Amino acid sequence: MGRAWGEMGTRVIHSLRARSRQDRVVAWVLRIALASVNVLTVLIAVGLLLKSMPILRTQSLGKLLLSSTWKPLQSQFGLLPFLSGTIATTVLAMLLAVPVCLLSAVYLAEYARSRVRNWIAPVIDLLAGIPSVVYGLWGVLVIVPAVRVLGKALGYSTTGYSLLAGATILGIMVAPIIISICTEVLRAVPTEARETALALGLTRWEVTRHVVLCSSRRGILAAVVLGFARAAGETMAVLMVVGNVPRVPSSLFAPAYPLPALIANNYGEMMSIPMYDSALMMAAFVLLVVVALFNLAARLALLRFARDEQ
Amino acid sequence: MNKRRQLEERFFRLCMVLSLILVLSVLVAILLTVFVKGAPALNLAMITQTPKGGYYLGKEGGIANAIVGSLCLAGGATLLSLLAGLPLAFALQREYSKRRTAGVTRLVLDVLWGVPSIVYGAFGFVIMQYLGVRASMLGGILTLTLVILPFMVRAMDEVIRMVPLELKEISYAAGATVWETSLAVVLRQALPGIVTAVILSFGRGIGDAAAILFTAGYTDYLPRSVMDPVASLPLAIFFQIATPIPEVQQRAYAAALLLLIIVLVVSLGSRVLGQRLARNILH
Amino acid sequence: MPHIRLRDLEIRYGKNTALRGINVDIPDGQLTAIIGPSGCGKTTLLKSINRLLDLYEEVQVRGEVQIDGANIYDPKADVLELRKKVGFMPQRPFPLPMSIYDNIAFGPRMHGITGEQIRVRIQQLKSQHLVEAVVGPAMSGAAPGSPMDLLVEHYLRLAGLWDEVRDRLREPAAKLSVGQQQRLALARALAVEPDVILADEPTSALDPISAKLIEKQFRLLKATYTIVVVTHVLRQARRIADYVMFMYLGELIEHGPAQQVLTAPRDERTKAYVSGEIS
Repeated sequence: MGRAWGEMGTRVIHSLRARSRQDRVVAWVLRIALASVNVLTVLIAVGLLLKSMPILRTQSLGKLLLSSTWKPLQSQFGLLPFLSGTIATTVLAMLLAVPVCLLSAVYLAEYARSRVRNWIAPVIDLLAGIPSVVYGLWGVLVIVPAVRVLGKALGYSTTGYSLLAGATILGIMVAPIIISICTEVLRAVPTEARETALALGLTRWEVTRHVVLCSSRRGILAAVVLGFARAAGETMAVLMVVGNVPRVPSSLFAPAYPLPALIANNYGEMMSIPMYDSALMMAAFVLLVVVALFNLAARLALLRFARDEQ
Repeated sequence: MNKRRQLEERFFRLCMVLSLILVLSVLVAILLTVFVKGAPALNLAMITQTPKGGYYLGKEGGIANAIVGSLCLAGGATLLSLLAGLPLAFALQREYSKRRTAGVTRLVLDVLWGVPSIVYGAFGFVIMQYLGVRASMLGGILTLTLVILPFMVRAMDEVIRMVPLELKEISYAAGATVWETSLAVVLRQALPGIVTAVILSFGRGIGDAAAILFTAGYTDYLPRSVMDPVASLPLAIFFQIATPIPEVQQRAYAAALLLLIIVLVVSLGSRVLGQRLARNILH
Repeated sequence: MPHIRLRDLEIRYGKNTALRGINVDIPDGQLTAIIGPSGCGKTTLLKSINRLLDLYEEVQVRGEVQIDGANIYDPKADVLELRKKVGFMPQRPFPLPMSIYDNIAFGPRMHGITGEQIRVRIQQLKSQHLVEAVVGPAMSGAAPGSPMDLLVEHYLRLAGLWDEVRDRLREPAAKLSVGQQQRLALARALAVEPDVILADEPTSALDPISAKLIEKQFRLLKATYTIVVVTHVLRQARRIADYVMFMYLGELIEHGPAQQVLTAPRDERTKAYVSGEIS
């Protein structure tokens, strides 16, 4: 690269020109590559939308989303059972996960010594790295029987493959994301804030609750939304424990059927029934749009939080 | 008054510790369950043999097809992501793009990283249908690339961004161009982080099932060509746990253990390797 | 007996000794300035008086910090009571994430103050005749408000901020300028009725005009409160201090009345610092 340094003047100039031309070419190539990322994103959305056009032409979007009749053979593709399944599992998962995650994050950010924190962070990362089928397998082996026992004890006749089982697995799966983002957000609150409040004679918990949590609420909300989006799109683990009956779930112990599970379960037969593939691709498109919007909102909130804290 | 407040302090601290213990014990429970269930079923034949006749009824055979398939899929996707991702990570730096462009693209990548892999799977399927290609290793690799690329680019971007400006200034002052500096100085300084990002991406790739469900297919044979369908560990677990035959379920446990070991090794390995490489650079 | 007495105080961060052999009685009802080059342990010393070092890891404290005769590092000490007695202003003002009003009312509320207690306190404050604050319109009964309103007004006046914020008490405190935020921090610290105010370079983040306002309030307040200010601006120490402690490399080199330390220092190092040879 630097071969021309000590050589004759003319050659250095000549090669300087070549080198700066190379530099400009590379810069342009990189800029084009960067633009293509954005193009690809649009392409994914457009591709799925195009595939879902056939069904949107025959039935209105409102009817597709709000009808609960799912009879592909009769060309009735009401997505309501699946939408409600996704919403129910996800919301329940967040209800289970958020308090535990928030408390854990507060402990890690406010109380734990840095040695403990440095030891736990990789463990949390590990939890995030476990493949979703392994979570699913564990759900089948542990959570489903546990839910069956609980359901029986409460007087429900249930197989255990249920909304509650799905939500529990989802809650566990999103915990690492919520914990690690919350911990990061809490630690971004300046020490002066804590000193100020502590010096007024507050306990550590009061400082955390009234000052640290208050000033980082936007970041925490973002973490929760990110967890929510991740849960809404999670497929395999939920699919394995949730029961997959296309009906609006009636109780915690009833089976549910979230959108991702619908897509994953039916890829095999969708080519043989008219409009089936289009309906599934529309489901994928809906999922994409919802999850992407949630992600976008959360990321923007996190960016704003980071800017405010500086 | 203060007594009550101190009590409240202790109560919440207890709740926090219990929460953290709950999270950690779930992790331990998962690891333990998979090890206890999987270890008895894991043997040499499982790793070295492909399914024989009657395998799915509990007869002879192993999951070598899935192991090799998964390594090919994740390896291929990681390689492709690296080839596409490293230039992208450089392109995000301020030498090459305006702050706004870089900011927006970072945001887009973060959003893409959040997109469920089943959506990528569906998209890959649409494209393959359009091109008239059937489920194959190539399809799986490409779809998996879409899944891990955003993560890899952002991870590399973060470490490249950390390279101190002073270091680059020294190189510029010595007469190097921006690109020469990127290659000779920035890349070397960021290498430990980049290696970590690549290994972690591999770990993410090998565990993903939803993206390859439609696109890679499944087969009992070892992969011979990139145009053939290919088996994978996550799908081996998924299919075998669903059968009613206990012997086959046993194999799902063994496959899960194997997958978990790979992911653990990858996770630990990236950390160790990252630290070892980091010794050669200044901080 | 003075409020604050330090006895053989030694503080370490891990293996580094930040302070050693500190012995001093800080005089009551005066403004004490801790001066010295940066990194000499001024801030550590200040924070040790309020046990704010508890926030940091691997801090070891030996010796005693006595507040009103009791060692605050005693395991049985009530840290909350201590901190109520000793207020603190950080270097960078940090408005709590709430309104201006609530920033002031926050401390008293957390300590569970009752309306009756506020009324009693206001009577006491009236008799102090500290600043013109006590005869303000609200205080004189012209504008009836809740007891807490009166309290908030009083402390905002004490900090010299009332006139600027009286019409925007419900706005978030983050909207104030940095100089105003710092005076808000002062008012907030005063509102828990401490005997002692610690301030860590309270004017270093401020413009000269705002700094002057803070100094003015300190001069007013030092009759009723014991104030300890860390400063690296020698001229500031000359302007406001009654008593000066000179620190150098973790040791307390010299302390005494401001006049003596700043004009006729005994130690060579103090002399060098005061004359500007080292800084």
